[in-house]
Amino acid sequence: MALEFQGVAQRFQGQGAPVQVLHSVDLSIAEGEFVCLLGPSGCGKSTLLNAAAGFIQPTKGQVLFRGTPIQGPSPERGMVFQEYALFPWMSVEENVAFGLKARGENPEKIRTRVAELLAKLRLTEFAGRWPRDLSGGMRQRVAIARVLALDPPCLLMDEPFGALDALTRRSLQDELLQLWAELGKTVVFVTHSIEEAILLADRIIVMTHRPGQVKRDCKVTLPRPRDPADPAFNALKQEMGQLVMAEQHAFEDAERKSFTAD
Amino acid sequence: MNSLLNKLARGLAAPVLILALWQGICALGWVTPQALPSPIAVGLKWLEYVLPSQPYDGNQSWLMWALSGELLHDAGGSLWRVIMGFGVGFVLALPLGLVMGANARLREFANPLIQVLRPIPPIAYIPLAILWFGLGNPPAIFLIALGAFFPILMNTMAGVSQVDSIYLRAARNLGASPGRIFLKVMLPGAMPFILSGVRIGIGTAFLVVIVAEMIAVNNGLGYRILEAREYFWTDKIIAGMLSIGLIGLGIDLAMERLNRHLLRWHRGMQ
Repeated sequence: MALEFQGVAQRFQGQGAPVQVLHSVDLSIAEGEFVCLLGPSGCGKSTLLNAAAGFIQPTKGQVLFRGTPIQGPSPERGMVFQEYALFPWMSVEENVAFGLKARGENPEKIRTRVAELLAKLRLTEFAGRWPRDLSGGMRQRVAIARVLALDPPCLLMDEPFGALDALTRRSLQDELLQLWAELGKTVVFVTHSIEEAILLADRIIVMTHRPGQVKRDCKVTLPRPRDPADPAFNALKQEMGQLVMAEQHAFEDAERKSFTAD
Repeated sequence: MNSLLNKLARGLAAPVLILALWQGICALGWVTPQALPSPIAVGLKWLEYVLPSQPYDGNQSWLMWALSGELLHDAGGSLWRVIMGFGVGFVLALPLGLVMGANARLREFANPLIQVLRPIPPIAYIPLAILWFGLGNPPAIFLIALGAFFPILMNTMAGVSQVDSIYLRAARNLGASPGRIFLKVMLPGAMPFILSGVRIGIGTAFLVVIVAEMIAVNNGLGYRILEAREYFWTDKIIAGMLSIGLIGLGIDLAMERLNRHLLRWHRGMQ
């Protein structure tokens, strides 16, 4: 197994009462699998991802990577953030080279590896530009190149295309699928777009509203490349939609209640 | 080109107007030259102050002679003190600010002390500075360092603690060691704040150097202004003040360029 969540529970101390974000999550993700975590805001899907990245330690339970408990962040589980998190004071090239330099690779090897990745993500002409000069889609390509530079067996993606316009999003989804097919990495992808999940995933994990737990573990068997206009795609979208919207309503009700309680 | 001339003309309008008014008041005899000499008299005095006082005698190199004017000597002395004092303040404040910005516990520990010391103007340390360091350059450098220290410290601290934690997470995820994160992420992330601290620090250093020279040293622009007062050389006082203004402007322009270079990645710095 690439990733195993064993009874993962997470509670955060907010202002006032502690918030139970995750109830108890058991989930195994196989090597090379593309898994989407799907659910409304506040269902703990990002928390689950942060635990897998090693940014937080679960309050209860543990997360294993290839059988070993995760102690902290590591380049073998590369994270792609919704906000890109590119270092604005580094050029595109320097951003992509960051992890390689941290690993202490020799400059010659770094140069060839960076050039190779920039070419793969069609970023070569932006090599010397600052992140601020790039569109959102290009920035996210740089961020993907930056984690791929270290050749991680596992990619963790936290709503990576959530801030992009619909067309850019489609084009990045396609590129990601291509990369995944080519490189055979395990991908854990957080999203709240049902269509995105069906388009990308081998397996969709629908999560409940807070405290989050696995509501439905669903294999997507549609052949790739998938077509959103395909009736089978639509049927699955309907089914998933009902599951997710029930949780969305629970989320909205809880939000209303918390305001009347104040 | 035309717009540049236009801009220049607009920029010069106010100073020229003031100078004309000033000259008019002096020409009409409304004020005694001792209270306010005419701008022309100040200008002539300034030239005299800049140019070498002795005729060229052929014994020294020509350049040495050309630079032997009193003003250049004084400005050099003041600048040297500013650079030394600012350097000491900067070298102490930057690492301390970085460490304190990164370490909340240390910040809590040191903050009350800093908050009490910070509002004390460096000028208030003059008596202590003289007791500790005597007269001459050491107390002046101490005071200037003190003046530069707090703005740089406070800004560096604020700069480091405002670095978005997502950059730290990204860097850790990419396998960066704490040292690398400090140098490659926190330091550049805090740079806009650090540079504005440096700018304020240089301003304070300049303020303090003039006062320090009026008290503890016997050269430099501050000293010269005070000396001129004793002889009622009002034109020289004003010439000295103008020199301070010009040097300040020069330093600020240089800082502006440094800012532009170091923050060329920053939004809004085009």
